[in-house]
Amino acid sequence: MPALNDIIPQGERIDRHRPWPCSIVTPAAWRHVAGEIAAGRATLLGLWGDAATAPMVHMAIFEDSTGDVAVVSLECPDQTFPSVGAVHPPAIRLERAIRSLYGFEPVGAPDSRPWLDLGFWDVRHPLGARIAEPAAHAAYQFLPVEGENLHQIPVGPVHAGIIEPGHFRFTAGGETVARLEERLGYVHKGIESLMAGAPVEQATRLAARTSGDSTVAYGIAFAHAVEAALNVEAPPRAQYLRALMAELERLANHFGDIGAICNDASFALMHAHCGILRELMLRAADGSFGHRLMMDRVVPGGVAADLSADGTTRIRETLQHVRRRFPRLVELYDNTASMQDRTAATGILHPDLARQFGASGYIGRASGRNVDARKTPGYAPYDQLAFTVPVLTAGDVNARVWIRIREVEQSIALIEQILDRLPDGAITTALDGGIAAGEGLDLAKGLGLAEGLGLAEGFRGDVLAWVRLDGLRVARCHLRDPSWFQWPLLEAAVEGNIVADFPLCNKSFNCSYSGHDL
Amino acid sequence: MRRTLFESLTHRSVTEAPPAPDDAALAELAAKVQHAARRQLGRSLAIRHVDAGSCNGCELEIHALNNAFYDLERFGLRFVASPRHADVLLVTGPVTCNMREALERTYRATPDPKWVVAVGACAADGGIFAGSYAVVGGVNAVVPVDLHIRGCPPTPLQLLQGLIALLEP
Repeated sequence: MPALNDIIPQGERIDRHRPWPCSIVTPAAWRHVAGEIAAGRATLLGLWGDAATAPMVHMAIFEDSTGDVAVVSLECPDQTFPSVGAVHPPAIRLERAIRSLYGFEPVGAPDSRPWLDLGFWDVRHPLGARIAEPAAHAAYQFLPVEGENLHQIPVGPVHAGIIEPGHFRFTAGGETVARLEERLGYVHKGIESLMAGAPVEQATRLAARTSGDSTVAYGIAFAHAVEAALNVEAPPRAQYLRALMAELERLANHFGDIGAICNDASFALMHAHCGILRELMLRAADGSFGHRLMMDRVVPGGVAADLSADGTTRIRETLQHVRRRFPRLVELYDNTASMQDRTAATGILHPDLARQFGASGYIGRASGRNVDARKTPGYAPYDQLAFTVPVLTAGDVNARVWIRIREVEQSIALIEQILDRLPDGAITTALDGGIAAGEGLDLAKGLGLAEGLGLAEGFRGDVLAWVRLDGLRVARCHLRDPSWFQWPLLEAAVEGNIVADFPLCNKSFNCSYSGHDL
Repeated sequence: MRRTLFESLTHRSVTEAPPAPDDAALAELAAKVQHAARRQLGRSLAIRHVDAGSCNGCELEIHALNNAFYDLERFGLRFVASPRHADVLLVTGPVTCNMREALERTYRATPDPKWVVAVGACAADGGIFAGSYAVVGGVNAVVPVDLHIRGCPPTPLQLLQGLIALLEP
């Protein structure tokens, strides 16, 4: 693998972009980077528009083996930019979203249909030129499927369970799915527009409500970005408490998912027992940090709540219970042939596709990708803690269940280490101690622009946050849910499976709607 | 599996005693819901959940109502898969512009008499997302609401208190 420096042609380096470099490049260099990603020499981490100062597009890339991250930016004064999706399919939906939200044209893009904009807003290009009229309400063209005796099954946006809304269009030949196409955007709330101009405090609350199941992970990613931009570091105790919350969140979600996957194969016993474990985790979180989902507990500069007096005991007791109960459930899952019959060899995601899309989380790790943002690029306090990243290659529903099982074991071990070593001291640091102090500036008055990029490993995968600050106000913020690169893979994994197995495949992916729709 | 099943015969149930109905919820319902409608529906209600733009936080806590601790079904309250089977629409989230029509159609598909329960801070008035180009506002801006259960997200206990109020004669 080449270093990212060799991939990115020389450009104008942005001074105030931390912790990784950012450079403004020419269109030719932009195309070159796209080609390098397409050739597999780097992974696409994110691609987003920006009209806060001038029309621009930014692309974050990642080098798997070294953990190097870099951002390249392209100015697009004529509101066009060379399409990355033309050579690298994982970028297609990101570019469709840029086109709908900003009105920037990806030249050469293979798919010009709108994304997120379903024609119901009073404004077109809400983050760009803001044209005060709704988008043309033409019928959405789903991709064609040709063949004999095919029928279509439209599902959603309102689904049959207690879940988020989205539309799935199945084309099936008999029981077998020939193509699944997703249409998302129903829960688009305009989070990025609400963030623009908001004080950091308000933006933190918005970030925490981007995807409720990953509120801690979003909090950490956003805090990393803000802290990087201002060049401050959360105190050690805050870093440990963040990790504690993140692992509690991971455990609760993994228990919920394992049970729900089994429930989709009508194995209610597993669902009931996993539901109890999930509830115990949420109660431990509530008892320790004062909120079951630990919303608004992570803030830029540190954490908003210290561990309660009996928090350590509560968490230890809960973990002790889990250690007793969970192995029995794993055995139950593994020894029930009718369950295995549904999950083994179902919904296989090929490792090549997982690599191409840079799939993170249990989806990537069940298909051979040895990635985890806690390890690479890595962040504190995980560099001081011992844990392994489970990797499997089967890529089926069963593998995605097993990755979760192994991660549960790792998270329990991590929490025990964290509780053993929890440092004393402050839980927040002042945001004006970094560049503001260094350059003698008053943050409250604004200090010119500073940019930061943050990553955090949520239960679902890596959450990316990019922020441009003007003092303690957010000029522009972009949040990229891991689901952006996972939703398209679900379409691929379902192909050739029977319609009745879709719920299993879908639950084993458990992509976020709200995190994706923003 | 046998061991796990036998054990559940001898172990005490984890299901907890029901909370008293929420007073504020009772007052809101008394003002809005006709007595006749309540009598007609009796003490068993079918609930259909609609996410009209939530962050998914409320969904997680609604899910929890079905776990062994809260066991919603013991009160005669159960979730159904279609609005055509439902007496109650449990709506979460600020209503996004993109979900407005879907919510209206779900409401129209629910037979009368019906109740709408708005769950969470966003469902009350759009919450933190109010004012966005992509958000209509609270649930009341689109369909008439009979009961609000607040919280971000409301805990399963708060949800239970609100829903039990629906069953009070």
